[in-house]
Amino acid sequence: MEKVVTFLLDGEVIQGQEGQSIMQAADEAGKYIPRLCAHKDLTPHGSCRICTVLVNGRPQSACTQPIADGILVESETPKVNQLRTDIIDMLFVEGNHFCMFCEKSGSCELQALAYRFGITAPKYPYQFPQRDVDASHPDIFLDRNRCVLCGRCVRASKEVDGKNVFQFVGRGVEKRIAVNSEQGLKGTDAEVMDKAISVCPVGAILKKRVGYAVPVGRRLYDHQPIGTASEEETTE
Amino acid sequence: MSDTPETRRIVIEPVTRVEGHGKVTILLDDEAKVKQARLHIVEFRGFERFIQGRPFWELPVLVQRLCGICPVSHHLAAAKAVDGIVGVDTLTPTALKMRLLMHHGQFLQSHALHFFHLSSPDLLFGFDADVNERNVIGVAAKYPELAKQGILLRKYGQEIIKATAGKKIHGTGAIPGGVNKNLSLEERDQLLSDIDQIMEWASGAVTLAKDYTLEHLDDLSGFGSFESNHLSIVRSDGAYEIYDGGLRAQDAEGNIIFDHVENEKYDEYLAEEVRSWTYMKFPFIKEIGPEEGWYRVGPLARVNNCDFFDTPEAEKECKEFKGLTDGKPNNITMAYHWARMIELLHSAEKIQELLDDSDLQGEDLVVTGERRDEAVGVIEAPRGTLFHHYRVNEDDQVTMANLIVSTTSNNEPMNRAVQKVAEDYLSGVPEITEGLLNHVEVAIRAYDPCLSCATHAMGQMPLIVELMDRQGRIVDRKIKG
Repeated sequence: MEKVVTFLLDGEVIQGQEGQSIMQAADEAGKYIPRLCAHKDLTPHGSCRICTVLVNGRPQSACTQPIADGILVESETPKVNQLRTDIIDMLFVEGNHFCMFCEKSGSCELQALAYRFGITAPKYPYQFPQRDVDASHPDIFLDRNRCVLCGRCVRASKEVDGKNVFQFVGRGVEKRIAVNSEQGLKGTDAEVMDKAISVCPVGAILKKRVGYAVPVGRRLYDHQPIGTASEEETTE
Repeated sequence: MSDTPETRRIVIEPVTRVEGHGKVTILLDDEAKVKQARLHIVEFRGFERFIQGRPFWELPVLVQRLCGICPVSHHLAAAKAVDGIVGVDTLTPTALKMRLLMHHGQFLQSHALHFFHLSSPDLLFGFDADVNERNVIGVAAKYPELAKQGILLRKYGQEIIKATAGKKIHGTGAIPGGVNKNLSLEERDQLLSDIDQIMEWASGAVTLAKDYTLEHLDDLSGFGSFESNHLSIVRSDGAYEIYDGGLRAQDAEGNIIFDHVENEKYDEYLAEEVRSWTYMKFPFIKEIGPEEGWYRVGPLARVNNCDFFDTPEAEKECKEFKGLTDGKPNNITMAYHWARMIELLHSAEKIQELLDDSDLQGEDLVVTGERRDEAVGVIEAPRGTLFHHYRVNEDDQVTMANLIVSTTSNNEPMNRAVQKVAEDYLSGVPEITEGLLNHVEVAIRAYDPCLSCATHAMGQMPLIVELMDRQGRIVDRKIKG
């Protein structure tokens, strides 16, 4: 039997199993910690830092930091939420996110996080990076303008699909998602039903010709902010 | 003011109480006679270029961002084109009627906005009335019942749009080959509960516009008026139509230039000319040429062009309208308002008819077909005939887009109206007052132009009038807030 670990999350006693991350234990206890790169079916990545919490006063990513007896975890505090808000603000201006015509609007995790944190307008100047789209695949559309480099597709392709379709290239502001073929997506073994296609939290990887099939009012986050219901409702 | 002989240049910028941003320049010669008057569109949008590379199914939602007032027009024109791209020529009854309902909701709200909010101050108070009163707040203060009707007519149209597109502005209802929702019984019943009141107000609006026109006919007949060709779509039996029909053009005397032209062949009949002083092109009928082939679109052209309305109240009003000119095309610019209100009434009737149709509760929303690489979508927007033409590559990306927006077709007519009003009211006048300048704007407003189709005006919209000498030095300047 696994050892029970007890810790404090925002002053509330939480019990988890040894080896769990703070996020996993919090999820089981019904406490939502905001996230973007983390996904329940994928190995944690710790890259987006939206799930940053203070563990005994030090910033850690909740998706990768294991729980330990007696730790004090701060999540829903003004200081931590300001850190998260700043990151989301930067993500919006770092890419080319035009929610007004993005078909993921209403079901986009980045947009939903912005609403959750009360972001209504960009705080930083737009960077307007030059990014490419890849429409070569008959059933999949890749729009790098909207990519937030969460790496979900990279991990899902390897871990779940058993393929190696996506990978990061470049460094710093030049970092991009790349595909494993010089012909673009059509030259890879990507298929529309791959996990890598459905886990994208934003409108960067889309199934072609789906568009706006879900009417406004019935989209994932039309009626409640992200994290209100269980994590099951986030992007599959 | 300088004593030396001078050419005066008067600039009205921006033109107020219209959608978007434009300016008027008027050049006066040494004797203060109008040499030239022009309406300039000073915004550049670039939609035709930057949508290249985007996937075609985005188009109905992307291009509707051209406009905040009539997004449904662009949404539906693009949707019709995209239907063609996915090989669909016939929608399901539910999809077609949901789109029609959305479209008539849009006509209702857009026409109400223009007539009550933007134009009624000129009509109720007079073109040169005190500017402090001649505005929508003045209308609300002096004619509160009328202002309320205008606001609630518009609101009702927006509720229709919300019920069909999901949002009042920039919804997503029309998708390739159909729609993404039907009308629930709850939504239908909510809308039906107000329709009788809407019909009554719409009827009253026609009476108001008609009575105004007839009472002031002597003054209005020549106000910014001129003979022109008229273009619109009509139904196959010649009935008034705003969603799906063939192109009809007739000249100022009512002679048909072309009729029932298939939408896809629009560019065999129409062309556009570019002029250096404005971002708006000048469309014209090819066989007549750019000099004489320009035409008017919008309510006046549609009511002129149709043989009849297929709803009883609008048809009754249409007959009276056509009776004024013995069945020939009405070329009075200010008659746009009357025609526009007949259309508003027709849309109210159509909404009532559609809401009573159980097809709106159908579940069959989308059909599919064989993919094509090129398609054209033509509809009547509140401001006139709207063309969307796209080509798509094998990867589903847009490679070419050509949009002829309604207001573009009215470019030459608006410039003619500006020139005529300037000549009639400003030539030889010793002092150009704000009231006189408003006459120019009144003529532009009759067309309900969406100058950028459309940019949202933020904050103050000052009217700046500058008097310059022939070297371009400002010798006098007036600003109204």
